Order: sequence, then C-alpha cells, then structure tokens
Amino acid sequence: MKVDSGKSVGRGATARGRMPAVRAEGLVYRFGDNVAVAGVDLEIAPGEIFGFLGPNGAGKTTTIRMLATLLRPHSGTARVFGHDVVRESDAVRSRVSLTGQFASVDEELTGRENLVLVARLLGYSRKGAKRRAGELLDAFGLSEAAGGLAKTYSGGMRRRLDIAASIVVTPDLLFLDEPTTGLDPRNRNQVWVIVRSMSSGGTTVLLTTQYLDEADQLADRIAVIDHGKVIAEGALGELKNSIGSGVLRVRLHEPEARPQARRILSRALGVAVETSSDPVALLARISEPELAPGALAELPRAGIAVADFSLGQPSLDEVFLALTGHPAEQQTDKREETA
Amino acid sequence: MTDPAVVPVAEDALLSALSSVERPKRPNALSASLTFGWRALLKIRHVPEQLFDAVFNPIIFTLMFTYLLGGAIAGSTDAYLQFLIPGILVQTVLLITAYTGVNLNTDISKGVADRFRSLPIWRPSVIVGALLGDMARYTLASAIVLGLGLVLGFRPDSVAGVVLSVALLVVFAFSVSWIWTASGLLLRTPTSVQWVSVLILFIFTFTSNVFVDPKTMPAWLETAVGYNPVTHLVSAVRDLMSGTVPAGHIAWLLVGCAVLVAVFAPITMRLYRNKE
Repeated sequence: MKVDSGKSVGRGATARGRMPAVRAEGLVYRFGDNVAVAGVDLEIAPGEIFGFLGPNGAGKTTTIRMLATLLRPHSGTARVFGHDVVRESDAVRSRVSLTGQFASVDEELTGRENLVLVARLLGYSRKGAKRRAGELLDAFGLSEAAGGLAKTYSGGMRRRLDIAASIVVTPDLLFLDEPTTGLDPRNRNQVWVIVRSMSSGGTTVLLTTQYLDEADQLADRIAVIDHGKVIAEGALGELKNSIGSGVLRVRLHEPEARPQARRILSRALGVAVETSSDPVALLARISEPELAPGALAELPRAGIAVADFSLGQPSLDEVFLALTGHPAEQQTDKREETA
Repeated sequence: MTDPAVVPVAEDALLSALSSVERPKRPNALSASLTFGWRALLKIRHVPEQLFDAVFNPIIFTLMFTYLLGGAIAGSTDAYLQFLIPGILVQTVLLITAYTGVNLNTDISKGVADRFRSLPIWRPSVIVGALLGDMARYTLASAIVLGLGLVLGFRPDSVAGVVLSVALLVVFAFSVSWIWTASGLLLRTPTSVQWVSVLILFIFTFTSNVFVDPKTMPAWLETAVGYNPVTHLVSAVRDLMSGTVPAGHIAWLLVGCAVLVAVFAPITMRLYRNKE
C-alpha cells in the first residue's frame, strides 16, 4: 500500500498519484438468506463521477453503505483512497461524505442548526461553524428558510440541505444515494448543477440512480448492477456500443407488411431485426448507421408504407434491457417471466 | 410539486463554498459528546411536547392518589402528600427515560443516524451526548414535580437533601437510560420501543414503595418489593428530603448504576456499530 499521510490539504493532491478513489473486490453482503450484494468489483478513479445504475433492490445502497463504513462486508475487501473500509474505517470516514437515500437531516432542528451541528462535529469553532453554515445556506439558496425546522421543508429543499451537510468539509469522495428520487424536474436540475460543481472542484462522486437519463447526464462512467452483481461497466459510450452503435426504429402503416419489411431490412442492414408488442414496429441494433438510408429506401420500392422512423443511440433503457433481459423499472421479483 | 420558496442554487456562491479547503482538527470525545448534548437541548426548545409527561404524570397521579386514596392510606391527605411526592418524583423521571430509546430509534429510522455514523468522530458521542441532554431533561422534570408538590403543600425538611436526591435520581435515570438505548437499537419502530420501555417502567414503579408502605403488603410481595431498585431509590430520596443520609441505600444504588452502565453501554455500542 502506498503511504498516505492523510494530511494532504489540497484536494486532488498529486502526492496521491493514481491511487483509485475506490477499489472494491468481491464485496458480499447478506441480509439473512437474501444476498443483497453478491460479489461486486469496482474501481473508481479520483475526480470522476461514477454512476451506479440499477433497479430497486439491486444492491446499490448496500454497496454504498459498505464503502461508507456503515456496514461491514461479509466477504471481499474495499479500499477508499487506499484505506481499508473495515480496518481503517476512521481514515475512510475522514475522506468521505454520505448523502443517504432518505435525507439524513435532523427534522426537529432548523436548517441552520443542522449545518452548525455538522460543522461543530467536524471540528469548527462555534463562530467558524456559524460562518460556514451561512456560506452553505447562501450557496444552496436556503438562507430564507434557514430558521425553519427541517421537517417543514419541501423534498427539494431537504435534499439540498442534506447535500450541504455533506460538504461542510469538502469531501474527497461524496456518496449520493439516489439524490433526485422523488424530486420534480426543477429540483432535480438543481441537484445536477450541484453534482457537476462538486466534480469540477475535484471531488470524486459516486451516485446511485434508477434514472437512466440521470446517469446519462452526469456520469463519466457507469456500472450497471442487478441482483447484487455488476453486469456491465464502462464509459457510457462503450456500454452503448456493446449492444450496437445505433438503433433504427421503424413503424409501418400496415401490420401485415411487417414480416416482409423485417426480411428486407435484415438483408440490407446485415443484422437481425427485432419486433415488439407494437404490431407495426421494428427495431434493429446496427453497427454501421450509414447503411440505414439505403435500407429504408428499399421499403417503398417493395410497396411497404413507412409511418415513421428514427435513427439514434440506444437509450439506456434499451441498454439495460439488452444487458439484464428485463426492463430497468421492473420489479425484481418478476424477473422469471422475462428470463 | 411547485415550491414558491425555492431559490435557485447560486452557482458562484456554490463554487466558492466548495472551494473551501478548510479542514479543522477533529473534535475530541468530550467536545463531540457536548455537541450532541447541545442538539438534545435544542430539541427540548423546538419540541417542548416531550416534557408533557413530566407535567401531566405528576398532576394526574398526585391528585388521584392524594385526594382519592391518601386519606385512607395515610390517615390524612396532607400526611400522604409528604410520603407520595418523593415517590412521584422518582416515577416521573424514570418514565421519561423511555424517550431516550425512542429518540435513538427515530434517528435511525429517519436516516440522520447514517450521517452521524459516517462522520470521523468518536462513535459513542452520539449516544453519550443524547444522554447528557436527557440529564438536563430529567433535572427540568424534577423541578416541575417539586414545584407542583410545593404548591400542593409538600414541605421537605432539607434543601440540601432535595438537591442531593435530584442528583442521585438523575444519575440513576442516566444509568437506566442505557437499557433503553440498547432496546431502541434492537426493536424495529419507535412505537414498539416506547411500549416496551413504558410497560417495564410501570411494573417496576408500581411494585415498589412509591405509593404505599410495603409493610402493608403480603409477605412475599414485600420481599419482592424489597429487591426492587426503585424501592431503594425512593427510600433514599425520602430519607434525603427529610434530612437524613441513607448511606446504605446510596452505596447500593451507585453500585447498581455502575453495573447497569457496565453491562448496557457496551451492548448499546455494539448494536450501534453493527446496525444494518
């Protein structure tokens, strides 16, 4: 293990070199008989935004809780900036901050008191804590509401207070567990602004999400987790490429024409063409998008009328479906039906 | 949900707030505990309802027992009041120790415990601090009961004895609270924690000498009541308030307190550390 003084003041200090922010190997956690995390390997580079994508119950939260030293792994190891999460949990805790899935704020204190409390616990003087709380309340647009009890806050305000509490001392690694679940689009956007600012300031961010567009918007790299296992990992573009670089979607006027259209497209594109429950729809994952115009032109020549078509990157929903065999939003207990 | 109060995050202010490289020295165990004690005091201010029990329990029990039964038990309501108030004081303070476990359980179910557990601080400080705050609550509750007693005609013989007996009571309540922190971590919901602890506390306070002299009880019950720690505590408080120093009772109680803390503090911390 590399020597880490733990005193480095500048974040992203070069002394840290290329030590990964997180390196986990074979993490396992069970709740009774239920294996929540079944052998997760992860490597997250310092400074990146890493997205942890998966449906409810996939094991995202349990993994984060192990990395944040709240749960001891039943097997496997994890290091955060080189510190073992079990044996050096104290050193890990001084480098990370956690914003839990359910806002980890004290509802019976005011917004300001919440931040002063955390600042005091992190060693700020009485005066310093007040000043830092004031700065953060301003930055997060919470100054006006600062004197109200946190239980009176809206979901978006509570979430922002929660994140503010996580960065009283700017952490090297921030865990955000489903930071935008239940927020309206405007509040969600604000959380995105915060996450990007954190990242540009040098903080490594590990965020979990069920929203595919969120991972798309924010994350440099993502891991897709399902049933406690990482089933795919990489830059978003790589993941999309792994199931074809583009998707051609075609809708016809006549359902009867679909078998013939399917044969024509399949021959012209050189790939299998899929059908869906929509009786006039066809979908092809293609690796050479330049073939698409020619293939489409063959349909009218064969007397098949096209209602509409589109050519684009596969959506993350499609990525998820291709990787897991079931749609992302589906409850895990229904997986047998789609297997 | 549109929220008129939403002020957008200010990106410039945000970046400047994020650029803080300040890393203060982490607080020591005592200072972290005191900070959590401050948190508990703030909650008394914001949610004074948690002192309702301290007000209504003595009113209901004192009035009911003194004026309905006091004459029959002690010959006159006035004589009974002198006997009852120290007992009611003990019962009231012990009953509100139940909130300690309820509050800890609430912290965990609401998620704020995750924040505290992921901070680089001395881990027991959350619980020690909460108990320090509770000691303030117990002292406040004692003042309420004694004030009510004085209004009704209770007249202690020794002021120093009153102060000492409140101190003894608060120490005992602090020690008992560790039982509730452990059960607050074991049981699932705040409501179940409350039911279990209040039930146990009712059994212990009623099978004691709070309301009547155990000499009037059947022999077997008198023996059982003699073993109840609450009986020792009430006897000690009665003696102190009437100007004598019951060294035997006090020594017995302090040893009992030490045992309670020695057993339940490690159990609590173990449960807290391993809470899923």
